[in-house]
Amino acid sequence: MDVVLKADDLSGGYLLVQKGSSEKNEVYVDAVSDVSLQLERNEIFGIAGESGCGKSTLLKMIYGLLEPPLILRGGSVTFITVDGEIPITSLSENDLRRRVWWKKISYIPQSSMNVLNPTVRIRDHFIEMFTFHARMTKNEAYAEARKYIDQMGLPRDVLSAFPHQLSGGMRQRVVIALSLLLNPNIVLADEPTSALDVISQKVVLTMLEEAQKELKNTLVIVSHDLGIHGVMTHRMGIMYAGKIVEIGKTEEIFEDPLHPYSEALIRSLPKLGDKKQRTGLGGHPPDLKKPPSGCRFHPRCPYAMPICSRTPPKMKMIKPGRYVACWKNSMEE
Amino acid sequence: MSEENLLQVEDVSKIYGYGFLGRVKFPAVDHVTLSMENKPKIFTIAGESGCGKTTLARMMLGMVKPTAGTILYRGKNVHNLKSKDRTWFLREVQAIFQDPFDTFNPLKRVDTYLYETASNLLKLKNDEEIRGKIEEALRFTGLSLEEITGKYPNEFSGGQIQRVSIARALLPKPRLIVADEPVSMVDASIRINILNMFKALLTKTGTSFIYITHDLATAYYISDEIAIMYRGMIVEIGPAEKVLLKRHHPYTQALVKSLPEPGKKEEWKTRVNAPGMEIKEFLSPGCKYADICPHKTERCVKEKPPLFEIGDVKVACWLYE
Repeated sequence: MDVVLKADDLSGGYLLVQKGSSEKNEVYVDAVSDVSLQLERNEIFGIAGESGCGKSTLLKMIYGLLEPPLILRGGSVTFITVDGEIPITSLSENDLRRRVWWKKISYIPQSSMNVLNPTVRIRDHFIEMFTFHARMTKNEAYAEARKYIDQMGLPRDVLSAFPHQLSGGMRQRVVIALSLLLNPNIVLADEPTSALDVISQKVVLTMLEEAQKELKNTLVIVSHDLGIHGVMTHRMGIMYAGKIVEIGKTEEIFEDPLHPYSEALIRSLPKLGDKKQRTGLGGHPPDLKKPPSGCRFHPRCPYAMPICSRTPPKMKMIKPGRYVACWKNSMEE
Repeated sequence: MSEENLLQVEDVSKIYGYGFLGRVKFPAVDHVTLSMENKPKIFTIAGESGCGKTTLARMMLGMVKPTAGTILYRGKNVHNLKSKDRTWFLREVQAIFQDPFDTFNPLKRVDTYLYETASNLLKLKNDEEIRGKIEEALRFTGLSLEEITGKYPNEFSGGQIQRVSIARALLPKPRLIVADEPVSMVDASIRINILNMFKALLTKTGTSFIYITHDLATAYYISDEIAIMYRGMIVEIGPAEKVLLKRHHPYTQALVKSLPEPGKKEEWKTRVNAPGMEIKEFLSPGCKYADICPHKTERCVKEKPPLFEIGDVKVACWLYE
């Protein structure tokens, strides 16, 4: 396995200060809890889960973007380059900005089609990137931007447009083009298409996929939509209430989900051409201010046993590349 | 009068203005005709953002007045109801919206909505009776009055509060529920429970549904009939099974091909064209899909195709003339 980034026992969350009538009291939202994960070179890795499961927080922590109230509670993230290891979690924001962000790891935040400066033409977004990071003159940068836009398959008149003149899908493609500009080793995309229609979604995802194939880098996609994981990702991790509950090859997980939560998610998915009655899960995701004891899924799990409410299950390797955190799977062996 | 349709949408258009003082006019809904028989059915109106599906739903609910055409509910024009008929219509037709947190005032306890609906629409005075009806409606959605009493909207999760809004809609025992993207903000594991609830209502209480959605997979799962809309026009309409599996219109084909589904990796990889400039397409005199259609001809740009019949499916495309 050719690992490009690893997270070890990563924990973090949001420290909120609730102002009461007399004294301050702090509340901690346990968004990411003891997550270990390895990303490989030349792969598309998916992080799936429902809203509030901590998938976006995990992505931010991998990127090293720890803005308050998000805090790191423990564990580490290490980026492995050919020249050695870079400890993401112990670098300052300044160092990250200088050494890692955009050049080595780029991050496409959620609803990023709104990150473009509305008063600046698309052209100038590119020119700024080139002059700042690649130390080009303005003219060189403009020529380079035109070449690059052609390469990415975007129409040239995009360059002279202001962001509001473009459709959501087109803006999202511009943001993706910017994120790929400096040839990063890892691209982190948080719900890159959640605000788009299916057809625009497909165009955007195809662009990301083709770029990954060409650059042979690592693309991480966070999405709540299992369909997207099914068509895009090579491997995936499923998150529930701040923990990764299952990791494996995407096809294998869809064929034979081992964790009861993965099973429920996949079973509840309606499919065109299949009228079979589906069933969903009872109950609701827990409040991460006070997560359930033991396995966090146990209150909703159809297979819950006494041990599940007492002790959290550890991630266990079922076979090479396939990991599950569930007492049911640990007992069967 | 027993043969009349439950809902009859007759050549309805809604024209909106935009630009300076709204001088440029564009049709958000463009000559739409459809009907629903008076039998328990789920009728889906599907399409992407800006296709006019929400405007059409709002016109059906009597909330937006059409620029042209009429909408009849059981033979009565919903935009011209006398006071007595108005109360009757409000009881018979209920709505569920996309964002349940928008449905409820954040400063008002959610149970008060249920009490108000019960006393206003059912004209019940007896507290005991009102509570019984509310309890019954909530039970259907898997909640109890005890669970929700005294709580404010922010104390619920998205799935839970959507259930409360469904329970509210069920209170007057409506014959038709217009549900505009009711599950698009609900998590996948709970989404299917809500769709199953709609199906159960259909068989148990005979309630019909108009399900407005962008999601063809859930549309296939629950609907009997479907209309696919693009830029204000119906491009294909008929039994859901046939429309979604046979796919005559090039737009229906593109939509289904773009639907990401596990196990369909290869199928998904075929290319589709991205939609063009919205306004240009809305104002086009011909087929609004022509701009990006792979089968486009001269005629498509100039002349709007009528709905051609292929068995019990109708398709607005010159390919099927």
